[in-house]
Amino acid sequence: MKVTFPHMGYMYVCLKALLRYLDIDVVVPPMSSKRTMTLGTQHSPEFACLPLKINMGNFIEAYEQGADTILMAGGVGPCRFGYYAQVQREILQDLGYNMNMIILEPPQKHISELIVKIREVTGERSWLDIIRAIRFAWFKARAVDEIERLVHRIRPREIEPGRADEILKKAIGWIDVAEDKKQLDDAVKKARCSLIRIPVDNTRVPVRIGIVGEIYVMLEPFANQEIEKRLGELGVEVERSIYLSEWINDHLFMGLLRMKGSKAARELAPPYINHFVGGHGQETIGSAVMFAREKYDGVIQVQPFTCMPEIVAESILPVVSRDYGLPTFYLILDEHSGDAGVITRLEAFVDLLQRKKEAAADGAGRKGVEQCADI
Amino acid sequence: MRLKVGIPRALLYYYYYPMWKGFFTALGAEVIVSSRTTKDILDKGVKQAVDEACLPVKLFFGHVLDLKDRVDCLFIPRIVSVERKAYICPKFLGLPDMVRHNIPHLPPVIDVTVNMCRKEKNLYKAFGEAGKIFTGNPFSIRKAFKYGLEEQERFERLNRVGFLPHESIEKMNKGLVAQNCSPHQHGEMTLALIGHGYNIFDSYISMNLIGKLRDMGVRVVTADNLSGSIIEDRSNELPKRLFWSLGKRMIGSAFHFMRSDGIDGIIHVASFGCGPDSFTGEIIERHMRRRGSAPLLNLTIDEHTGEAGIVTRLEAFIDMIRWRRAAQ
Repeated sequence: MKVTFPHMGYMYVCLKALLRYLDIDVVVPPMSSKRTMTLGTQHSPEFACLPLKINMGNFIEAYEQGADTILMAGGVGPCRFGYYAQVQREILQDLGYNMNMIILEPPQKHISELIVKIREVTGERSWLDIIRAIRFAWFKARAVDEIERLVHRIRPREIEPGRADEILKKAIGWIDVAEDKKQLDDAVKKARCSLIRIPVDNTRVPVRIGIVGEIYVMLEPFANQEIEKRLGELGVEVERSIYLSEWINDHLFMGLLRMKGSKAARELAPPYINHFVGGHGQETIGSAVMFAREKYDGVIQVQPFTCMPEIVAESILPVVSRDYGLPTFYLILDEHSGDAGVITRLEAFVDLLQRKKEAAADGAGRKGVEQCADI
Repeated sequence: MRLKVGIPRALLYYYYYPMWKGFFTALGAEVIVSSRTTKDILDKGVKQAVDEACLPVKLFFGHVLDLKDRVDCLFIPRIVSVERKAYICPKFLGLPDMVRHNIPHLPPVIDVTVNMCRKEKNLYKAFGEAGKIFTGNPFSIRKAFKYGLEEQERFERLNRVGFLPHESIEKMNKGLVAQNCSPHQHGEMTLALIGHGYNIFDSYISMNLIGKLRDMGVRVVTADNLSGSIIEDRSNELPKRLFWSLGKRMIGSAFHFMRSDGIDGIIHVASFGCGPDSFTGEIIERHMRRRGSAPLLNLTIDEHTGEAGIVTRLEAFIDMIRWRRAAQ
């Protein structure tokens, strides 16, 4: 059995660690690329959302490398993600690829349904081993997030642009190869030290932008046109509304661990969205409110084309923007990959925020000038 | 004075209007439905709604704009789920919020939540809440609710006899209570129309698809003409239960029609960018291709109004079925 799984940002680091720990053969699909996208879109329904298409490409590329089993998550709606695996299975069947799909569904009647599925992957390994493996994968997720956060801080301030990204790439590699907790700790320490040594200009006051939106396009740099890196290059400090470990805690551990999660964001969504709308629609609005309260300069919503929950959020975001005086920007992503348009739009948005910030700083410096709301 | 309740002629109007009307009239309110879709209504809706929204949602905005100045309150329920463990579509879940935050100067909105995902009894909870606006008497609310259900039952019975929902609604408005025999339909062939009711029964949006087909000598049947148990049984053939009620109707009816000898072909109508349709359409297409019995035509509609393209494709499809028959 050679197990593969779809990509979502750096999630492969955790999943690989989890499966290797249990001595399961893993085929990590090649990192998502143009070829992945082409293969995926060729065989997927036209109006399916972007993650389905990229996942499809991942599976085909993994199949070419010898994978025969796919590990995939399920769901009970109303977001389309819950039915991804079913559609993908139909497509693979018609393509003649003989791949077994193990779909981890939230149990409908009894927890035993999930246990059977897990057993299908893990075979005879003891539960203690499985729990240890999950714990190790969890530490890797935390490690990746810590490094990413640090990079977000350094990017807009570094004197030689590009250094942070070089180290980020290496650091992910170090975390990836770590085989036990000790090696992992060493890798994180090494990465932290290298990042801190990057020469930075701490006098800069960068524009701060919060990124909200659909989880997959937020976490997968290939899908979001590397928006975080591009913004960093434009001198923007980026913060994301959700990180991998938070998502794992929310969705796989049922919020068992006490850490910042989507619940806080959801609670801030009313009166804008008063009911859950599937996916991350409510969290998008709630996180925008949160960023506004923390005095961020702007918010960018990323969403795949035709994403239903995000459309609901998108149509309400202008109200949040108006109420809090918070500039917002939408980036809708599909298989078209012209990056020039995206860069131009991002530059324009960042310019706007920079001017607004400078004007505010000037206004605050001058005495006797009364500030008033921007109407 | 009787309170005027406005119901937009869009989205779930084509599924539940008789129940809503029955309920509100029994409570002594006057029910006002927005005008039939026109170019003006659609244009206004498109202008007011967010670009990415699908056509039916944009149209809903147009109908709300059409109604808002002539009623005392608007009925825009938040319909989360109409059966156990299934939803409608995320856009329906956020519909009252989208409308309220995008259309200024709205009259009061009755946005009760219908969520039967866990408990089917929650339906009464929603209506009970809406009824409190009109009367303090729980007995009259209960009575109105019962009357609404009866009306809905009558509506569904008419559909099963062979009327299409928009015809049933019209017949009921004219006072027809029940009918046992099918309406007479001429035609040399029968085509099944698979699609959301709010797309295919709105003659402006569908470019009078049903009328055109009938003029070409086609009898039209839809999922509404089937009983719920057929749809449930057929859709259960999927390895995993579909969690969209409307998608399930489409899959179940398509699976039924593709096996039925009386059906010469299937037309699948989807609106541009519809999330659930992208999946259900794909599954229907793949299953039908594997089976290879009935031909399938996939039509995608959006706010553009070029009729010629639709007519050409319909004619080509029908010609193809005729040749197929002649060859047999």
